[in-house]
Parts: sequence; C-alpha cells; structure tokens
Amino acid sequence: MSQIELPELGFRSLLRYIWRQLTSMRTALILLMMMGIAAIPGSLIPQRLSNPIAVRDYFAAYPERAEWYDRFSLFDVYGSSWFSAIYILLFISLIGCVLPRTIEHFHAMRAEPPATPRNLNRLEYHQVFESAGNELDLASAWLKQKRFRIRKGDRDISAEKGYLRETGNLFFHLSLILILVGVSFGSLFGLRGEAIVNVGERFINVPTSYDSLTLGKLNSNSNISPFVIEVEEFVATYNPKTNAATDYSMKVRTIEGDKVKEQLVKVNKPLTFGDTRVYLQANGYAPIVTVRDSTGSVVFQGPVTFLPQDGNLRSIGSIKVPDANPQVGFVASLLPTYERSQSDGGISVYPELLRPKLLFSVWSGDLGLDSGIPQSVYRIDTTGMSNLGLGSLSVGETFQYSGGTITLEKIIPWVNLQVVDDPGKSYALFGGIAAILGLIFSLYGRRRRIWVRLNGIQVEVAALSKNNAPGLEKEMAELVTRLKGSA
Amino acid sequence: MDKSWAYISNYSIYVAMAIFALSFFAHAFETAFAVRAPKVADSTEGTLLTKTLDYDRTEKAARVATALMALGTIALFIGVIARGLSNGHVPWGNMYEFSITGALTFVSAYLVALRKYDLRWLGLLISFSVLLTLGTAITLLYRDSTPLVPALKSTWLVIHVIAAIISGGIFLLANVVAGAYLYLENAESKGGRPAWAHRVPQLDVLDQLSYRLVAFVFPLWTFSVIAGAIWAEAAWGRYWGWDPKETWAFITWVAYAAYLHARVTVGWRGKRAAWLCIFAGSTFLFNYVYINIWGTGKHVYSGL
Repeated sequence: MSQIELPELGFRSLLRYIWRQLTSMRTALILLMMMGIAAIPGSLIPQRLSNPIAVRDYFAAYPERAEWYDRFSLFDVYGSSWFSAIYILLFISLIGCVLPRTIEHFHAMRAEPPATPRNLNRLEYHQVFESAGNELDLASAWLKQKRFRIRKGDRDISAEKGYLRETGNLFFHLSLILILVGVSFGSLFGLRGEAIVNVGERFINVPTSYDSLTLGKLNSNSNISPFVIEVEEFVATYNPKTNAATDYSMKVRTIEGDKVKEQLVKVNKPLTFGDTRVYLQANGYAPIVTVRDSTGSVVFQGPVTFLPQDGNLRSIGSIKVPDANPQVGFVASLLPTYERSQSDGGISVYPELLRPKLLFSVWSGDLGLDSGIPQSVYRIDTTGMSNLGLGSLSVGETFQYSGGTITLEKIIPWVNLQVVDDPGKSYALFGGIAAILGLIFSLYGRRRRIWVRLNGIQVEVAALSKNNAPGLEKEMAELVTRLKGSA
Repeated sequence: MDKSWAYISNYSIYVAMAIFALSFFAHAFETAFAVRAPKVADSTEGTLLTKTLDYDRTEKAARVATALMALGTIALFIGVIARGLSNGHVPWGNMYEFSITGALTFVSAYLVALRKYDLRWLGLLISFSVLLTLGTAITLLYRDSTPLVPALKSTWLVIHVIAAIISGGIFLLANVVAGAYLYLENAESKGGRPAWAHRVPQLDVLDQLSYRLVAFVFPLWTFSVIAGAIWAEAAWGRYWGWDPKETWAFITWVAYAAYLHARVTVGWRGKRAAWLCIFAGSTFLFNYVYINIWGTGKHVYSGL
C-alpha cells in the first residue's frame, strides 16, 4: 500500500513546488520581462495579421529564412503558442500572487492596527518630550480627524493609515485580469469582416455579402445582427500641394429593423449597430463598362472594382467577359489623373478624377473560370490566351477590337467597409480605467503607522512609513506641535 | 493654411535656438568658472588639495543663464502656437511638430521645477538637450505645415499625444538622473566627484528622484496607451492590433512595470535599478526615433 501512495505524495508535492515557484515574485518578474522581449520580433518582422502582403514579399525575397521564421511562428508572433504560453503563465502567476494577498488584505483592513511595540526608539521617526497629561486625548482627536484607524490602550495609541495603497495595488492587478478576459472574450465571440461596396449600392449584413469574414472560434453565424447600409455618396478631398487626403466622408442610409436613418461616416466616426461597428476603411474607383460582341449585343455591363496601387490611386483590375464567345478579358489599369511619364508610361498624378483614363490589353480565349482554381478578381491568367491588342479610353469613348467593342460609361467610387463586432471591448475598457485608478492609489498612496505612548512624565511619539514614502517628517511635526501647543 | 503664421513659427524657433545656445554657454561659464583651484596656503599637512566650488562668483552668470532659458522658452512657445495656427490643428501632427512641442514641455517642466527646487545643476544638460532636439527637428524632420490626414482628425489626438509627450519628457528626465547616478557612483568609487559635480545632490537622493519621477508618470503613460487604444477603436476598428508603435509602447510599459516591481517588491536600489531605468527609457526612445523613421505601420503618417 505504502508503495502505491508514495508516488502520489511525490506528485502532489511536486505540484505544490511548481505552484510556489510559479507564483513567486521572481518568476513573475522574469515572465514580465520575457513578455516584453517576446513582443519585439513582431514589431520588426512583418506580421500576417497586419501586413500579409509584406509577409508574401518576405517569402519571395528570402525563401529559406522565411521558412525557418515560419517554423517559429515569427510571422504570427502574437497568436503563436510560445507567446500565448508566456502570457498565460504570467497571468496564472499573477492570480496566484494576487488572490492570497487580497484575502490577507481583506483581513488586515478589518483588524485593528498592531499593538504598540516595546522599543519605539528604533523606528524611522522617534521623539520624546515632557508630558502634560492630556496627550493621548489630543493625539486621538488629531488622528481621528486625519482618518487614521486607531487602537487605543490605557497608556498608548497605535494608529495606521493608507490601506488604499494596497487596495489600489490589488485592484490594479485584478483589472489586468479583466482586460485579458475582455480581449479573449472579443476574440472568441467576435466578428471581423470586410466588404467593398460601390457608391449607390447597398450592403446587407449577411455572411455572403463579405469579401472576407473572420468569426471568433465560439461565434456562430446566427449572431450576425441584421442591418442594411446604402452608400449614397462618398467624397474624398485632397491637399493639392501634397496630394495627401485631408478628409473622407460618406453619406449612408441605414436600415435596422424598422429604423431608417441618414448618417454621415468619417474615419474617426464609425457607424454603430448595437455591439457592431462599421468603419470606412479604404476607397477606390470602379469603372462602369459595357462590352458588346460583334453583333452589337451586350455581353457585359456594370461596375468593375479596381484595386488602388499608390497614393494617386493608380488602380489595377480586370474585366472578365465569360459570356462572349470566345471569352474575352481586359487586363487594365485606371489612372484618375492621367499623365505620361518617360520611364513608367501612363501614371496618375492626382487621386481625383481630373483626367481619367483606362489603359488595357485585350485577351481572347479561356478565362479559366471553370477550372476550379481560385481566381483573383483583379488579375487574369493570360497563359493560353491570345492578345488582341492594346487600348485606352476616356469616359464616354468606345474602343473596337476584333470581336467586339468596349465602352467606358462612367467611373464611380467604391468604399471598403470594415465590420467589427467585439463583445469583449467594454470589459477591456472598464479594466483599463480600473487599472489606471488602481495604479494612482498604489503609487501615490502612503501607508504609515503612528504610535503615541505615555511614560509617566514623558510622551513618546514614533512613526514608520512603508516604502519610504515622503512627507512623514512633516506630518509628525504637525502632530507634535499639536501635542505640545496645547500643553 | 496661413503662410505668415508658418513664417512666424519658423523664425521664432530659430530665435529660440539662438537664445538656448546663449543659455547653454552661460551655464557652461557658470560651472566652469565656479571651480576654484586649491590655494596652496589653505593646505596643511595631511589634507588633500581638492578643487572647491564657489558659486557666489558665478551667481550672475547663473541668473543670466536661467533668464535666457525663460526667454528661449517664450520664443519656443510662440513658435509652437504659431505652428498650430498655421495649419489649423494642434501642433503635433508629425514628428517635427511632436519634437518642438516635446522640447517646450521638457524645458517648461524644468523651469516650473526650478521655482521649487535648486535644479540649476541640470541647466547645462537641459539647454543642451533642448538645443539638440530643436536642431534635429528643424534640419532633419522639418515638413511644411499641412492639414491633418483624416485618421488624425479627432479629439483623441490632443489627449493621447499630450499624455505621451509629458510621459516621454519625464521618462527621459528620469533617465538623465539615473545616468548622473551611474556616472557619479563610478566617480565616487574611484576617489571622488569631479569638482563641477559637487552641486549635484547625493547619490541616494538621485536614486530616489529617478524612482519618484517614474512612479509619478507611470499612470500617465498607462493612460496614454489606453487613450490610444480608445482612439484606435474609433479610427481603425480595433483597440489593439500589435502595430509596431503599439508594440513598443507596450514594451516600454512592461519595462517600467518591471522596474517598479524590482524597486518596490524586490528592493532593488542603486546601480541595478539605474540600469533598468535606463533600459526602460531607451525602449521609449527607440519607439520614438526608430519606429517613426524606419518603422512601418499605422502610426507612420506622410513620411514623418
């Protein structure tokens, strides 16, 4: 029997040993520093989460190194197992540190201040002077007025103040846990999606409307709140000197249930539907084109989203016409303010539609739409297709190629809406505010003890402050003046 | 954009730099000429001949230096305000504006503290750092005043950035004090302070001072990060996204949290604490210099 029990005991004491080690201050400090250091690579190496294109470029430029980086999740630092391991251990350590201290502090707050020690002369502040007899009453009145907690003996008073320091300290650490809960809650139950909407069209909040949609691990689609956004107008203004945008504003009509509202959206002013917010994230242009076949019947008509490439909104895109026979595709770029450069050919020199031009090459053959391979809407794989020539169009013009015509009717702007539902963010915010309050009390609070004792003809006054907080001398001088002054 | 305000701003900043340079020389003069060579007549057998400091001799220079500092601050203040008027927004829309406003806060904090404490021993260092900051700003970081990019148009720009500027200024001040501590600690262990440093407070005072500065401003830095998060939620659709600037703000926060724990809970003092303080401060500096200039991410606006 004893042989069976021994390993169990060993296992338990091992667990207890690990727990004690983990919740020690030293471990907590090391984990804290480790978390700071672990955050560094993510700020120097491109991250998939924030900049997937840079990661792709990195793979292209240094394929071997990138592969090694990827093995250690260096492109996804903040979601990696090793980063999670550090912060989970840190928070376990924090809980193990804070909970026992909270209980201890709770008892300390309800207990009386400790009894007056025998030797007061060893303390930080100590003074002896002649007694007039009434010092204990004077002292207790003064201490009460200063809101000290008092323990009164026959011949001595023991007082303490500044529990708020430890309360603030614990409050701060507990609110860090609340922030973590908020962050996890948001990532588990949240939703984040993007959709490009042409001006004049509407966005209906259902999963199929999104170009990309990421749901939290525990979020089921049914949580998507139903609303409709009609994008009525989008205006971007630019600084003519620097070409930088100075303002984006979007007029929308929103429909949520039976509530219809006209609203204005700006970069810092998202739309709010309950917990869900909709942000104006990016913008670009969509040319509206009509493609006709050789008989003159329309085989394609509508806006085509083009993807901006630079600050002057030079945009690339492709117009795919699967209904033509044979299929036709246009590999195109749109230049809002067209100019010719010696080195780069057609460029755009301003982001507004001052002199728009659509440049394209025409391709005929199989567009590969039925091949089962995912296709980019902005590009055409032209292998196996034959080139029918190059063309350029201003608004209203028509270009003829062998097999049909293409007309540029109009150019409209599109907006990229980002839809975010983060049910954890109010917890995180509340945790943040609580953390600051806790910090203020824990860093500015002063905990100190004061003792007054009558020794027959003498009064002995002594004090002790924790953490060497300043101001004790001044406070004691005030008390002594009070005690002496009325004598 | 008002051109004339922009000119006034630029000229004021040049004038401020000239005045700060004069103040720097006056401070240098004060310190240099206060050092008095030992008189042979004073020495008796067995005592060491040490240089002494006689600040009465240079009191006038010191007053001039402080007066120039105040004058330079006024010129800088005009420069910062005029910059704000020229582009119609608070003057911290790019790194140049951030630098001049930061310099103004830094030197104003010194002047305010000077009314209460005798901090003139810091004057030489302060005038030099302000001069360096303004010089770098106007030569390397200067940009014509422009309206804000849309994402910066928010009340949070005022709140978030001013909190960051003040925190940064005080973190760097704590670094200066910690650096002084390390230098003097080393000098003292090798025999004694150099003569010019006799006016600098005792080591334990410096040690406490750098801790006090950090403890005082840590909640403000926390606030700055949280205010940034609230703003990011409104502008970018997420309150935390591990953008390089955010990451380094977090690293700075963690480093100072470790510093405070090391001091309060573990009881670190002196050299080790000073080094940790300097390490934490350099993460802030790295964030400001490296990430702004060479970094990527959403905090990088219009070049700088």
